[in-house]
Order: sequence, then C-alpha cells, then structure tokens
Amino acid sequence: MKLEVKNLEKKFKNFTAVKNINFQIDNGHTLGVLGPNGCGKTTTIGMLLGLIKPSNGKILIDDENFENLNREKILSQFNFASPYVELPKKLTVKENLEIYGRLYGVKDLARRIQEVSDDLNLSIFLNKKTGELSSGQKNRVSLAKSLINNPKILFLDEPTASLDPDIGDFVRNYIEDYKSKNKVSILLASHNMKEVERLCDQVIMMKEGEIVDRGTCQSLIDKHGRNNLEDTFLKLARNKNELE
Amino acid sequence: MNWNKVYGLSLRHFYLIKSSFPRILDLIYWPSIQIFLWGFISKFFTLSSSYYNNTVGVILSAAILYDFLFRSSISYNMMFLEEIWSRNFTNLFISPIKIKEIIAALTLTAIVRTLIGMVPAALLAIPLFGVSIFKIGLPLISLLLSLYIFGITLGLLVTSGLIRFGPSFENIAWASLFFLAPLGCIYYPIEILPQWLQIIAKILPLVHIFEEMRNILINDIISYTQILLAIAISIFYFMLGVVVFYISYAGAKIRGTLINVGE
Repeated sequence: MKLEVKNLEKKFKNFTAVKNINFQIDNGHTLGVLGPNGCGKTTTIGMLLGLIKPSNGKILIDDENFENLNREKILSQFNFASPYVELPKKLTVKENLEIYGRLYGVKDLARRIQEVSDDLNLSIFLNKKTGELSSGQKNRVSLAKSLINNPKILFLDEPTASLDPDIGDFVRNYIEDYKSKNKVSILLASHNMKEVERLCDQVIMMKEGEIVDRGTCQSLIDKHGRNNLEDTFLKLARNKNELE
Repeated sequence: MNWNKVYGLSLRHFYLIKSSFPRILDLIYWPSIQIFLWGFISKFFTLSSSYYNNTVGVILSAAILYDFLFRSSISYNMMFLEEIWSRNFTNLFISPIKIKEIIAALTLTAIVRTLIGMVPAALLAIPLFGVSIFKIGLPLISLLLSLYIFGITLGLLVTSGLIRFGPSFENIAWASLFFLAPLGCIYYPIEILPQWLQIIAKILPLVHIFEEMRNILINDIISYTQILLAIAISIFYFMLGVVVFYISYAGAKIRGTLINVGE
C-alpha cells in the first residue's frame, strides 16, 4: 500500500504545527521521520491516522484521497504502536489482543493471537495483566496489538524508547523480519538514529513543522559532511540556516 | 453497524468488571448504601407526614429509580473515562470502529454495570423495609427505560465534553446529575417548584417519570400518556446527545484533542 502526503498543513489557531509537507511511502518501504521534540511529528502521524483533521493538503492512499475513502475500511489496514499510548492495564494480554482483534475485524482471531504471541515471545505471559508487565514486555504487547490485523501500513512512534539494548535489538530485528516477509509500508518516528539507519529506506527531517531535508540515511550523511546520522540530525536540528 | 465490533468493545468493559472483585463490590456498595439511607428517611416520613401517610415506600421507590438514572449515567461516563485513565484513547479512536458502534457498545455495557448495582439494592429493600419497587408493576419497565435513555443521554453529553475539552471536563461528569436533580421532582411533587421552574422541569423527562411513579403508588392510577411522554422526551434528548457527540468528535479532530489524551 502506498501512502502519499501532498501539501499537508495543520494550523491550531495562530500556530502552524505542520507547514505544507510532502512525502511518500512506497509499498513495502520504510520512511523515517526525524526531528526534535515539537517539530510536528505527532501532529503529522495524528493526521495520517485520522485523529486530526488537516487544515490543508491531501493524504493519498494508493492514489485515492483519504477523505473520499471509507474511513473504517482504510483504518482496518493501518495500525499504530507507541510507548506513549497504552493498552488497558487491568486486562490480560490475551484479552487486550482479543478486543483489538475484534475491533479490527480479524478473522480466525485465536490463531492470529497465537501467531503474534509466538513471534514476539508473549506466550508465557498471555494471561498476565498488561499493567503487571515490564516496559519491555509492554512494548512487545503494544507491537503485537499493532500487528494483530496484518496492517498494510504501520505507524511506529519510538518503538524502542526506554528499552534495554537487548530488547531494543529484538524489536528492531522483528520489525525488519516482519517487513521483509509482509511487504508492509512503515512510517517510523524515532530519536534513535542507529535504529533509523538500520530500518529506514528514506528519511525526512522535520523542524518547526517543516521538512528541512530528505533522502537516504547515507545521502544525508554525505550531503552534510558528517560521520553518522546522529551528527547530521544535530546539525539540522540546531542550525537551519546552514541548509540555506 | 458491525455487532462484532460492538461486542469487542463491550468485552473490554466486561473483562474489566470481571477482573476485579472490589470493582464489583463498588458497583453494589453505593446503591445499597442509598437504599439504607433513604429507607430510614422514608420510614420516618411515612410515620410523620400526612402526604406520605399509608404510602410506604414512595420515597424509597423514588430513591431507587433516581439511583438507577444516576448509575446508568455514571456507568457511561466511567467507561469512557477508563479509556482516558488507561491511556487507551488513541488506540480506540484509530481502530476501524464507527462512532455509532462506540455509542452502542457503551450504551449496552452501561446497562450491565447499572443492573449489577441496582438489582441487589432493589432486592435488599424488600426484606429490610418491606418496599418493593416491583409493586409499580409493568409500567416500571417503561419508567426504567425512560430513565435509562435519559441517563445515557447525560453520559453522552458529558463524554462529548471530555472529547472536546479533554480530561479537565471530568469534574463536570460527576456534577452533571446533581445539577438536574432539583428539577426532576424526585422526592416532591412539581407544585413545590416556583411557576417558572415548573415550565423548565416539564421539558425534562424526569418530572414525568417521578410524577407518574407517585401517581401509581399513591393513587393507584396509571397514565400511559405520561409514560409515553417521558419516553418520547428521553428519546428526543438522546438524539440530541448523539448529535452533540458527533459535533464534539468533529471539533476534537480539528483541535487535535483526540491525540495523546491521558491523565
């Protein structure tokens, strides 16, 4: 599934959170969205998920305007995971997956729950309450929820934030593996530059609601004469004038 | 309407109730306390008031019906607030569920929560105070239906506020019913209100419900016109509530308040 954003803009009264941005995620590709806090990443994801109404511009899904498509049909092919959005803590992992499986209209739900649980090593705590899990376990549950419907487009907001290196690596491996097997398009917002370098085919760098640069990780590193993506990010985040 | 999704969202709340005995106890505790309190007040009035003379249970029946309204509204609000408190709000609103399916799920689940609290309380009143709400007979079903629709409507209006203004609107959720209670003429006849307030009270279903309840218990007369009027007014407000909910949802999407809603 291809996602394309054309001249997307969001204004909140006198403040413009996202300014006329354009990008595209081709089928089976991963786009990294980088930028300092408050640069408009969350607002952009919110608009793509249908939670925020854009002030201007278009979101195209396989060349069709999101606004003209059936909202439920499109959302059933999306999913989202973020450490800042949780699942009900008093419910067990299995109950949470069952509920979201039903909301996403997943067929043969028991088998799908077993599948994602096996893949993400959740089986041993399927019957444990979600609130009793460690942050690493919760993170994997959140990822399992985001994959329950085999999404065609996956939105990941800092999927490995606050995870130890071992679990972080496990999650990154899993995303890589899942992407290669399922041809899913991914939008990844992250502050972990190594993660972005590893997972993303293309990157856009945002600052103050605008896209200030874009390209592959290596092309950006080369263009700005830095040794790695982290240094490139710092350069772009701190000094926009250098670009002009 | 996809009933599998409605069932899915209802399950979320059934699992929550099932998972915690204190939660079930809490649902039963408050209505039962109300029954105790109003049971004794009722007993006192029955002995000391000429209006309520020989009409044992009118006040207590009113207390039970009012609590039914209160519980149905609070149940609705609570289920919505649970999504905010658990930071699950975004997950819910990005899932392919229609707004009408969310409303249906909350409406259906609220009745279960309400009945868990109200059935034991209503049954408790029989041996303790010799008062049975079931004495109202078949019209009781219509009165409860009308109260339930209006309770859900208040819940809808409060959740619309939560969507529009975020968790800061929570206090209104608790205050909403107390605001309308004086106009509902729950424990007293409408004639007690000043003339101008009577006009306002009559555009609410509560006054018709509680006047009818007293009419049945005190005069042993059933006015189906009054019952139908109460239901019709409740349905009107419910439809208004649904419209307000949709408007709030659309407004929240413009203001961006649906994202990252949490405590």
